[in-house]
Amino acid sequence: MLVGRPCACLQSGPLTKMRIPFQTSFKAIFRNRWFYILAAPTLIYFVVFKYGPLWNAQIAFKDFKPLLGVMGSPWSGLENLDAFINSFYFSDLIRNTVIFSVAKLVLGLPLAIVVAIALHETVLKRMRTFVQTVIYLPHFLSWVIMFGILLAVLSPGSGLINDIIRSFGGEPIAFLTSPEWFRQVVIFSDIWKETGWATILYLAALLSISPELYEAAAVDGASPWRRIWHISLPGIVPVIVLVTLLRLGHIMDAGFNQIFVLYSVPVYSVGDIIDTWVYRQGILQFQFSLATAVGFFKGVIGLGLIFSAHQIAKRLTGQGLY
Amino acid sequence: MLRSRTRDALGMQIFITLFLVIILLIIAIPVWRVIVTAFTPLDVYTKQGVPFFLPFDKWTTHAFEQLLTHSQFPRAMVNSFTITLLGTAISMLLTVPLAYVLSNHRLPGRGFIVILVLFTYLFNPGLIPVYLLITKMGLINNYLAIILPPAVNVTNTLIMMRFFEGLPDELKEASRLDGATELQTLWHVILPLSKPILLTIGLFYAVFYWNEFFTPLLYLTDSKLMPLPVLLRNILISAGFNEYVDYNAFSTSTIESLRSAGVLLTMIPMVLVYPWIQRYFTKGNLLGSVKE
Repeated sequence: MLVGRPCACLQSGPLTKMRIPFQTSFKAIFRNRWFYILAAPTLIYFVVFKYGPLWNAQIAFKDFKPLLGVMGSPWSGLENLDAFINSFYFSDLIRNTVIFSVAKLVLGLPLAIVVAIALHETVLKRMRTFVQTVIYLPHFLSWVIMFGILLAVLSPGSGLINDIIRSFGGEPIAFLTSPEWFRQVVIFSDIWKETGWATILYLAALLSISPELYEAAAVDGASPWRRIWHISLPGIVPVIVLVTLLRLGHIMDAGFNQIFVLYSVPVYSVGDIIDTWVYRQGILQFQFSLATAVGFFKGVIGLGLIFSAHQIAKRLTGQGLY
Repeated sequence: MLRSRTRDALGMQIFITLFLVIILLIIAIPVWRVIVTAFTPLDVYTKQGVPFFLPFDKWTTHAFEQLLTHSQFPRAMVNSFTITLLGTAISMLLTVPLAYVLSNHRLPGRGFIVILVLFTYLFNPGLIPVYLLITKMGLINNYLAIILPPAVNVTNTLIMMRFFEGLPDELKEASRLDGATELQTLWHVILPLSKPILLTIGLFYAVFYWNEFFTPLLYLTDSKLMPLPVLLRNILISAGFNEYVDYNAFSTSTIESLRSAGVLLTMIPMVLVYPWIQRYFTKGNLLGSVKE
């Protein structure tokens, strides 16, 4: 990522290279046995809890019957995936998922950059620390708590915004349950919660810009606005590119926890995303194979997107995402 | 010339300060609203709803008392603490050794371990295959169902690995020359030097488990085992309200106050540990590793 490996140079020093010819690989493994013993519990954990589900994912291509089990159920090829792609909800789900991801990115990212630049430019150091403390906090709140906060602000009966609307003589709006408003609520509540946290990366990039550039600009008599435009912004472009690519790689993850807590039947048409649909079909409707096929499809697309984003990032900035 | 530049700089500082104050207000006002709602007494609420400023003599803690004296809420708090402590312990026991092993770049087979770990991070087959595994293992109504599937976070492991890589090699070599096994080196040499990173990652895990609500909803069918976020969600969507708080015609608090009080009680432990986490990421140790 952004921080290099400080000791990579030390660890592949000439000493190790000289040793290798003198010992067999078995000896090397025996010499390092404690490392393998240390890693063993975690690796067993990975096999059971990460690769176990991967094994179960084969039911995406089967007609899964709980009584027959994962192995015993008959193969059905691409039938499940086919049923999903040709279903009438397919386009709705994809559209909602992409709308949420893209809107959060397009509206949230510029705001995070502006806040980071403001924090970097301010001469009031205490103010900077205070603002940082406050704006990072929402990142650590769960979506259930966020739901409570949103109710206090948006509920038609006692929400702050509706109190204001009423005081101007307007009709209260059921923001969380009306299809016209639900998307805005999802997008802006995410921006409210995560923008502060997103500034960390840009702030780090700003702080790593050489102070000499700013000194030179001051000597040349550049105005503060020009300084931001010609030094600060170009300095963080690589980070902006990396973050954008990473987010695009996760475009199919529109925020399951958030939608799951906030949505309700009246807003399914505008709020339902792939993950929430998988939950309802799989867990509530017992359509295990269909839901798994959709989850698998999403996983494959996600893997492809991340891989492409990684390749593009390598080409553009000379460093990959991971 | 010089004067105009100072004026420019001053103008920008005023603009920036105003902007940051507006950002602060946007974050603070909703939270303030939750606080006032939680403390607004019944008589004020029936007369004028939730006021923006509640006179000091009117603040009441009835809603908090009502929640905390009912059996459900305190039990959910205990459940949440249990899940958080047990989860954090298990996560650390699995993450620390892996991070330490990966920090040894000379280890034969390290590449294989990296691929094994990273692949599960990049390819996620979704919810149902995990659900089938958990049900098959008979972990329904067991906290391990909530704790084990997400127990090792790859990002946290990489942050910790970077920290271990940064420790001087001489220390490890010295310990090895003294005849210590890797386990002893890790325990007696590495870990005492790694307190900041252990605390930070531990708190990341603790916050994660404290906030978990979907998997408890999925895997815990016994309402006695329910953690706080699930209870809070039920209070917020008014599903079976009377099961969780004594809310009836004689209630001294409004539903709105009870909900907001629930939100605050769930937030408090988080807000208390937050300064400890925040200390480390404003210092910059974690910068660059935090991409999500």
